Amino acid sequence: MAKVEDRAPAAAAGLNDDIGEATRLRLYRIQVEIREAEQRAFDLFLQNLVKGTSHLSLGQEAVAAGFAAAMKSGDLSFCTYRGHAHTLARGVPIEKVLGELMQRDNGLMRGKGGSMHLTSAEHGVMGSYAIIGAHLPIACGAAWRAQYKGTKDVAVCFFGDGTTNIGAFHEALNFAAVWKLPVIFVCENNLYMEYTPIGDVTAVQHPAADRAAAYGLPRIVVDGNDADAVYRAASAAYAKARDGGGPSLVECMTYRHSGHSRADPAKYRPEGELEKWKARDPIKLYRERLKQFGIADNVIAEIDADVRRRVDEATEKCKAAPMPPRDILTKDVYADGGFAWRN
Amino acid sequence: MAELTYRDAVARGIAQEMARDPDVVFLGEDIGKAGGVFKATVGLYEQFGPLRVRDTPISEQAILGAAMGAAMTGLKPIAEIMFSDFFAVCFDYIANEFAKSRYMSNGQLKCPLVVRTGNGAGSRFGAQHSQSVENWCMMIPGLKVVAPSNPRDVIGLLAAAVRDPDPVIFFEHKSLYPTKGEVPDGEIVDALGSAKIVRPGKDATLLALALMVPRALAAAETLKSEHGIDCEVVDVRSLVPLDTQTILGSVGRTHRLFTVEENPRLCGWGAEIVSIVADEAFYDLDGPPVRITTPHIPLPAADILEDVALPTVERIAERVRRSLEN
Ligand SMILES: Cc1ncc(C[n+]2csc(CCOP(=O)(O)OP(=O)(O)O)c2C)c(N)n1
Ligand SMILES: [Mg+2]
Repeated sequence: MAKVEDRAPAAAAGLNDDIGEATRLRLYRIQVEIREAEQRAFDLFLQNLVKGTSHLSLGQEAVAAGFAAAMKSGDLSFCTYRGHAHTLARGVPIEKVLGELMQRDNGLMRGKGGSMHLTSAEHGVMGSYAIIGAHLPIACGAAWRAQYKGTKDVAVCFFGDGTTNIGAFHEALNFAAVWKLPVIFVCENNLYMEYTPIGDVTAVQHPAADRAAAYGLPRIVVDGNDADAVYRAASAAYAKARDGGGPSLVECMTYRHSGHSRADPAKYRPEGELEKWKARDPIKLYRERLKQFGIADNVIAEIDADVRRRVDEATEKCKAAPMPPRDILTKDVYADGGFAWRN
Repeated sequence: MAELTYRDAVARGIAQEMARDPDVVFLGEDIGKAGGVFKATVGLYEQFGPLRVRDTPISEQAILGAAMGAAMTGLKPIAEIMFSDFFAVCFDYIANEFAKSRYMSNGQLKCPLVVRTGNGAGSRFGAQHSQSVENWCMMIPGLKVVAPSNPRDVIGLLAAAVRDPDPVIFFEHKSLYPTKGEVPDGEIVDALGSAKIVRPGKDATLLALALMVPRALAAAETLKSEHGIDCEVVDVRSLVPLDTQTILGSVGRTHRLFTVEENPRLCGWGAEIVSIVADEAFYDLDGPPVRITTPHIPLPAADILEDVALPTVERIAERVRRSLEN
């Protein structure tokens, strides 16, 4: 643990220590775990061990970490196909995520969902949705249940900038505002839909925040590459939701380092854009932040090594895991466990 | 026993389930304070209050999405989509979301919800407010689909739908709302997946659903009195699960099959049943199965046109007579 005198650089820089060391270390660990697991997913794809598609959050780790670190255990996450990060951030074992990507029997859904539909109800990950915008109204429903039962749980819904142009976004925002639901809508603005820059197809500069006023909500834009900034915005939104203050819409500015999906080399980006954002790599930024707050290099190195070891172990377990048995093909279509539609 | 309209049976069915289980909640457009555009939900808002009977904006996706999120986390929502034609604007939830989430999550998620909707023609509302879309839903793995033809079944099937652990699409027929029927006192609960022989007969089986049930019954009366043809009429009631045993049993006795369907012809529900009968009861048949349907057209508004688009009592009787006399 850092000694008191080590904190001097942070104080000198005028940095506010409202977050505390334990939370900072957690924010860092979550980001590193997402980074390592996503990079591993990409390597495994190159080895043809991850099949189908996958959408990585490399570069967007701070958003997932900031919201997850501020969550309580009863809170419910709703993700998109770009949902590995949010799933891992809730504490779902790496092995279960990689196993699903590798379509093994040890995967979260035993290969029945795949990379785009990661779900772990026991960790509060209530599904990953691959139809743009579909999960915003669904998150409203979970929030409605929390409101009806008085549980104080919050539903958190993550989506991209492109999602702000589909009808379900607007239906959900109005619905949540009118019913004052404890739901947080988190727009990860990574500047692109699939291949088209969001600015080319959107009437306002900030696709989420500039629409907030239409639903009576404050305009919130956050530096999505700064986990502390995200954590602060998230904490405020959770507190408001738990207090009966209704929904929040938070736009986090960030950038994906890789293409949209595994098939995309991202040639449509202007020269220098990626480099500019990589200079503000959230993990690099956060390592500097930890040092400013006097956290010793070896503490950081230990976290890095531990995460890498766990990703390696998970990878080996997944490689050794069997493929799903064929008899699950027709299971769980209906609640009786099967797929019978007639007698 | 009391005589009740189909419309009042809807409200009684919902009230029965809301009184039984505080986790049953109800949402939709104009359903609460206004009592529903078809006046099928009158009194529920007063009885159960604004926390359980919730008026929504005109946001069909939000209605079905919210019902799904609430169902996933433990409530038993009943969602109303005013006209079944509007399924087209929220079909993502019906086809992609609550139908598939149990399977995709390997059984982790459940969606015990009911979508009630006004289905069918007869109100001269034209092509976008009159369709019978039960076949749109029947083909989707993960859904259950029911369509009651009388007030008693409205209550019994609605109760079964609310208590069912899977998502159920509940088709109320708009033209049946004013019709009356005897309804027993006390709680009524049916099972999903059971057809009912509503008129026994020995010469032909007529399968019908919702509004087509009273028409098939009337045609059977005509056929009996004017031609001495004795038809068995089966109210299919539940398309998924489908009670094939009752259907095959009836065909085994009468040796002739007619489906009476309000949906337009292509891929209507009767096509699946005819295919099952062809596969499993071919040698029981004394003649080809016949489908009596609405033609492959959008529905017109004018009464004289709409009236001839749907299978009429006369068309049903004529078609059955012609087939049997050949
Ligand atoms: C309704 C719908 N339309 C289109 C698509 C295809 N699609 C998949 S991802 C995507 C881009 C979404 O962009 P954004 O919301 O910014 O999320 P990001 O991928 O950047 O995280 C599109 C168009 C889809 N899955 N669903
Ligand atoms: Mg985007």
